[in-house]
Amino acid sequence: MIAAGTPAPDFTLRDQDGEEVSLSGYRGGKVLLVFYPMDFSPVCSDQLSIYQEVKPEIEAKGVTMLGISVDHSYAHKAFQEKLGVDTPLLADFEPKGAVATAYGSYLDGLGFANRTLVLVDEDGTVAWAYESPNPGEFPGANVIFDALA
Amino acid sequence: MADLSSAPVPPVGPDDHVRGEGEEGLIVYADLGCPHCASAWAEIAARPGRIAFRHFPVASKHPRAPALHVAAEAAGAQGEFFAMVDSIYADRGHVDDPHLWERIEHLGLDLERFERDRRDPDLATRVRRDFQSGIRAGVAGTPAVFDACTLVAVREREF
Repeated sequence: MIAAGTPAPDFTLRDQDGEEVSLSGYRGGKVLLVFYPMDFSPVCSDQLSIYQEVKPEIEAKGVTMLGISVDHSYAHKAFQEKLGVDTPLLADFEPKGAVATAYGSYLDGLGFANRTLVLVDEDGTVAWAYESPNPGEFPGANVIFDALA
Repeated sequence: MADLSSAPVPPVGPDDHVRGEGEEGLIVYADLGCPHCASAWAEIAARPGRIAFRHFPVASKHPRAPALHVAAEAAGAQGEFFAMVDSIYADRGHVDDPHLWERIEHLGLDLERFERDRRDPDLATRVRRDFQSGIRAGVAGTPAVFDACTLVAVREREF
């Protein structure tokens, strides 16, 4: 997992609509990167749904939340519609998991990222990061608000 | 905006919806739109002892959940909170407004008052307060069951 205080590796990925999104495009604001294993899995569904419920409170703290998994944009679009969430979902699809690898959250042998939260501050530095003990658990939203306190 | 940072699950208080007797008991954060909660509720509700029900509607996943939780509160204003919860969990396929009206009439409640009460913003605030306490306690899926304010049961999933 990437350490707090280090520069957040920049990336450009396509979102659920196929539009390119760059981390550097959010410079000047805070970004919460939510790495998760895969679209449609039960835990990922709960995680993104519950985070959606507190998205206004996250945004009120000046934070943009972005989900990232190894799924393709088309899968992200379907997942977003199924869940009824509007958090942008970025496709770390090709080369597979390259961004997750850069952030130290890719799980070799499993083929997806572990659940990892990374808060990037206004100047592009990692302010805080949290990695779940295993992909079957996700941090409650309270952990995010602890980091933003 | 409410403070959603970590905090222990609040102990049962006079404002809670409580069924059964006892000094200690379970606190259940549940979503009235959640199928897993419905199946778990049959088992939880059959337990002896005290059970406190707390609202944890996840609207993005279950769009009718907020309306159902407020409907339970409105039934609770006429003394039948748990009867409404039981009714909703027993039949999750009929949760549109006409179905709720049928349930209210079946429970022998005042339908006009129900309709008036469930539009009271205080009820939505009451539901949101439970939800926020669950978020602060780290609820990450429903149902989440606490015994003496310690999380004791969650739904197991691989990932």
